[in-house]
Amino acid sequence: MDLIVEGISKAFYLLFTFDKEVFAVTWLSLKVSGIATLISLFIGISAATIVSLTRFPGRKMVISLINMGMGLPPVVVGLFVMILFWRNGPLGFMEMLYTPMAMVIAQAVIATPIVTGISLAALQSLPKDLHLQILALGATRFQMIWILLKESRLPLLAAVMAGFGSVISEVGASIMVGGNIKGSSRVLTTATVMETSRGNFDIAIALSIILLLLIFIINFILTCIQQHERPR
Amino acid sequence: MSCKQAILDVQNVEVNRGGVPVLSIPQLAIMKGEILSLIGPNAAGKSTLLLMLAGLQKISRGKIFFNGQSINEKSVFFDYRRRVTMVFQESLLFDTTVYENVASGLKIHGIKQREIRLRVEEYLERFGILHLIRRSARKLSGGEAQRTSLARAFAIRPEIIFLDEPFSSLDAPTKELLISDLGRILGETKTTAVLATHEQSEALRLSDRLAVMKNGRIVQIGTPTEVINYPVDEFVASFVGTETILMGVVKEKEAGSFIVFVNDHKIEVAGTANLKDEVILCIRPENVMVSKGIASTNTSARNNFRGKIIKINPAGFIHKLHIDCGFPIVAFITNHSLESLSLKTGDDVAVSFKATAIHAIIKKF
Repeated sequence: MDLIVEGISKAFYLLFTFDKEVFAVTWLSLKVSGIATLISLFIGISAATIVSLTRFPGRKMVISLINMGMGLPPVVVGLFVMILFWRNGPLGFMEMLYTPMAMVIAQAVIATPIVTGISLAALQSLPKDLHLQILALGATRFQMIWILLKESRLPLLAAVMAGFGSVISEVGASIMVGGNIKGSSRVLTTATVMETSRGNFDIAIALSIILLLLIFIINFILTCIQQHERPR
Repeated sequence: MSCKQAILDVQNVEVNRGGVPVLSIPQLAIMKGEILSLIGPNAAGKSTLLLMLAGLQKISRGKIFFNGQSINEKSVFFDYRRRVTMVFQESLLFDTTVYENVASGLKIHGIKQREIRLRVEEYLERFGILHLIRRSARKLSGGEAQRTSLARAFAIRPEIIFLDEPFSSLDAPTKELLISDLGRILGETKTTAVLATHEQSEALRLSDRLAVMKNGRIVQIGTPTEVINYPVDEFVASFVGTETILMGVVKEKEAGSFIVFVNDHKIEVAGTANLKDEVILCIRPENVMVSKGIASTNTSARNNFRGKIIKINPAGFIHKLHIDCGFPIVAFITNHSLESLSLKTGDDVAVSFKATAIHAIIKKF
């Protein structure tokens, strides 16, 4: 019990004293996961739009793969991204291993199927002929897609929350491809793992509380946008 | 009709799905300002034809001309799509207010904000829903939603509007009001319209011409009177409400008429036919007169029979009498007449119909 109380008080101490290291780690977590989420949104929404609006052989298989990808284990992603950027790997020449960029890529790989799956479900839940109705009002194909996405905006916000939530809290891939290097690739989750393994439970609890606060604040903002948008 | 200008001309068009033709239209001209109704059972190809005409369904073969220009040309196609629109069975409104819904088409067309406001108000007013302007589309009744959908389509001032069963999900009183308002607005705006419906009553109330469809083809096209009184085959006859369809053979000829034997009963038909011709006789129920008791001689009708009522079915404001005269025949009778004659199943009745009230289709081999 003392450990938890100590951890909580340490967390507030670190927060209110503007501990430089903690803020650097928090900022990097936000940056890496934020960029990864943006990339996954771009790829995921585009892919979901294509899959929902077109018919092609093997479409069901593609949808199954997307759904399977929603449960992709971060360590497996970490392993493959690591092999990809390993010194002798196919993209080894880019020398990106143990950099935040490698973490962004790994996290984007984790979040993309989640965003794609939720976006696809959102687009498929729209009325069957809605895209034809939009075209019938004179829309170009681009205008039609934009209006369809606007119509799915509420579930798409859920896709943003799920995508961001999955990567900000993952640790396996980040530690494998980022290496938890102080001042370079250390994020909240990897730092928590390290402090726990060192027995510094107070700092680990403090970092966990900061992580939870971060997730709460971002989801709260997105939920406010979502619920405000919802017609009553 | 030939002196009128065709706004849309369809030539040898075919639509295939999975290599199977689902629509085949050798020729169809839609005249400027007319209201053409496509009627036919489900899966007759009405919706596919509408989608194709609206530029929303690729054609496998053939050409469509809009004001003489082929819309198969890419340069003409997009402009064409912006000059026509379509309303579906479902209202397909966007998840926003009525105002934003009606404004959506205008925004797509790049119309200025001030003009949008005026147009939205104008068309909401025309459809009698201006008071709903700020309401969320989610809170509309079925009729209000379909009015919003129609206002959205009309607001872009299309030259042709395609309507795919727009009333089918509405209850009867709502449907009645909307049909009458739509007819008025189509007249006021002089918009050409093509309406698909499986209910002939809707088609009859609105259209200048009817096209009866079956298996992806137009079986008959003409004015409502032509199609109803002179169906080209049994299918059209039964679809447009001809309840009595009899097979017979021409056995006698007279000046201006001929006699057909149906189950050894002689039926006189106005018109000409050759002896031994096999014919299909179409008798509409509203043209059959029924009186109680033995056959009346006090009638100018050339066909008088005695029969027995085998079934009485209520059909709204009237009743449908199924009578056996040695051949089956169906007659309409008002609810009031049914009561005053106190007719019931099993009663003997006199049935009469005029020789001119029969449409004979001569079977071709």
